Amino acid sequence: MPQVQPSPVTPALAITAYTATTALGRGRNAQASALRERRGGLRRNDFGTGAAGEQRLDTWIGRVDGLEDVALPAGFERVDCRNNRLAWLALQQDAMVERIDALCARHGPERVALVLGTSTSSIGATEEAYARLSGDGLRFPPDLDAPILHTPHSLGHFVQQATGLRGPCITVATACSSSAKVFAQAARLIGSGAADAALVGGVDTLCGSVLFGFNSLGLVSATPCRPFDAARDGLSLGEAGGYAIVERADRDAPGLRLCGYGESSDAHHMSTPHPEGLGAQLAMRGALQRAGIDAAEVGYLNLHGTATPANDAVEAQAVSALFPDTLHAGSTKGWTGHTLGAAGIVESVFALIALEDGLLPGTLNSQARDAACGAQIHFDNARSGSLRYAMNNSFGFGGNNCSLVFGTA
Amino acid sequence: MPRRTATIEGIGFWTDGLPSWQAARDFIAGGAPVADAPRRPSPRLLAANERRRAPETVAVALEVALAACTAAGRDPASLPSIFASTHGDLAITDYMCATLADDPRAISPTKFHNSVHNAAAGYWTIGGGCMHASTALSAYDATFAQGLVEALAQLADGAEAVLLAAYDGAAVGPLETMSHSRGLLGAALVLSRNPGKLRLRATLVDGRAPEATGPLSRHAAGNAMAPMLPLLEALAGGGDTALLHAGPDRVLRVEIAHG
Repeated sequence: MPQVQPSPVTPALAITAYTATTALGRGRNAQASALRERRGGLRRNDFGTGAAGEQRLDTWIGRVDGLEDVALPAGFERVDCRNNRLAWLALQQDAMVERIDALCARHGPERVALVLGTSTSSIGATEEAYARLSGDGLRFPPDLDAPILHTPHSLGHFVQQATGLRGPCITVATACSSSAKVFAQAARLIGSGAADAALVGGVDTLCGSVLFGFNSLGLVSATPCRPFDAARDGLSLGEAGGYAIVERADRDAPGLRLCGYGESSDAHHMSTPHPEGLGAQLAMRGALQRAGIDAAEVGYLNLHGTATPANDAVEAQAVSALFPDTLHAGSTKGWTGHTLGAAGIVESVFALIALEDGLLPGTLNSQARDAACGAQIHFDNARSGSLRYAMNNSFGFGGNNCSLVFGTA
Repeated sequence: MPRRTATIEGIGFWTDGLPSWQAARDFIAGGAPVADAPRRPSPRLLAANERRRAPETVAVALEVALAACTAAGRDPASLPSIFASTHGDLAITDYMCATLADDPRAISPTKFHNSVHNAAAGYWTIGGGCMHASTALSAYDATFAQGLVEALAQLADGAEAVLLAAYDGAAVGPLETMSHSRGLLGAALVLSRNPGKLRLRATLVDGRAPEATGPLSRHAAGNAMAPMLPLLEALAGGGDTALLHAGPDRVLRVEIAHG
């Protein structure tokens, strides 16, 4: 095992609000009921117009219904795009706006950090502009000529403007680990005194770049994705948005906690995981160390589980190496699709739902277990009356890994 | 009190005509750009074939990151890293969007995996065999200041030393009308908790950063990462304060002790 600096045990932070909007619906309860009822959100690919429509891929996607009808508030017309609409729609759920306002009243807006993750931000707007360039082939159409739309911080900037937060404000873009890493960064900002609280989250929307990009790597399945199935043949892409509020914990107040985080690099390859999952193991061990708990104390693990042949084999091996057979681990990608830079927040929300409701999701669409699966990996849902800790794995291109441990107090 | 101070153990720098920190220091002191400077960096961390194929933003990021590690006497494999870039690689964004508009199924898989904002972070950790945490950030014109805040937060969180590399490249194609960035510019700092001669302390405050008029700021004014240059000018010129744009009406006030 390679040596990295041991992670110190850090004080747990409180998660005082959370929400997600995915192909399963809008807000926390839509997620919980679809997970409980094993109702997936994938549909046949119906995304894209122009060349992207003519060459539409034969695949399944986790598309969020109704984004086409979402209106941004007055004053935001210049930054209207699919990604900001989803960012806005997700923000309207579960009383997040009221919670953020209360947070600002308590700490002052300059003491609340905003840390958001995305892989492609609003590049869909850039793609659209390129498809509609004016006569000389160089000019963006007037409805898409706001420079901030065409850069990764489009997301952070929009949410900053929409919420009025004035603390540290960053967009994290480490591909599919982005909105898991936001929890770690928020914890550091609070721990270092740069902020008293943080709004974290992530938003990613379907776009040509990711559909045709993952297709070029041969990683997109023609069927709804089947994580950890022996016959799995690739991922289903999805879109999602979600948020959580992270604050210093009041020691006596019960509630949800961010207990630990672990981040690592594979140092192996840009688009394939380390063959023995060493980076994944380092991230999980780091998160457990920071939480100050043993692997056996984790009751639920939301796996990265993309349903690509490489990811699932490697992740199953890494989980077997670390956890006892009693762990309930599953991948929820069959419900939502792989929401890329939003996967971290979405699946953290699923882990928080597990802690609150005792609902341990299994894995959707999968039938025949891959030989690499240890006893930890479950296809069926389960219930737990005594879940204390839940973990979430998010691994991205470039070998960028993040694991989070959530708990209850 | 929040601990947001650090020792600067090493500095790396590269821009057109100023291909090292020493060249930048000489220029700030009144010298001229290097006449026969290379047109693009050739980072030793990558294998020869990768060095030629790597996007120029990856090349400049790895060049300055390695230079900072060398100056600090630190193994690249030993440091957590933060890669900060306003736009990532604009040439690849232009390629992706142009290809999608024309023939989406023709997207190159290599261009696609190089299109992620953490491409430089990925190549850095792969090239250096580094399994520590690495992140990739953007905060538009406040990217450097926000990256520095994260670097100091990582030190406060227990890291002994961290690498911060900041870079941007040139816009090409129609995107040039939206994402204004010219030339190639990168700088990197190895920051640590250990005692040292050159130290900095940073605080986020209300306000606006003054117009940058120093020699480096004028030399590389067209690049999107230019907002970091007042700090480098202060580090080279013995200045005790740099005010860096940190977002709408926010400034990162960086105080420097040259010991």
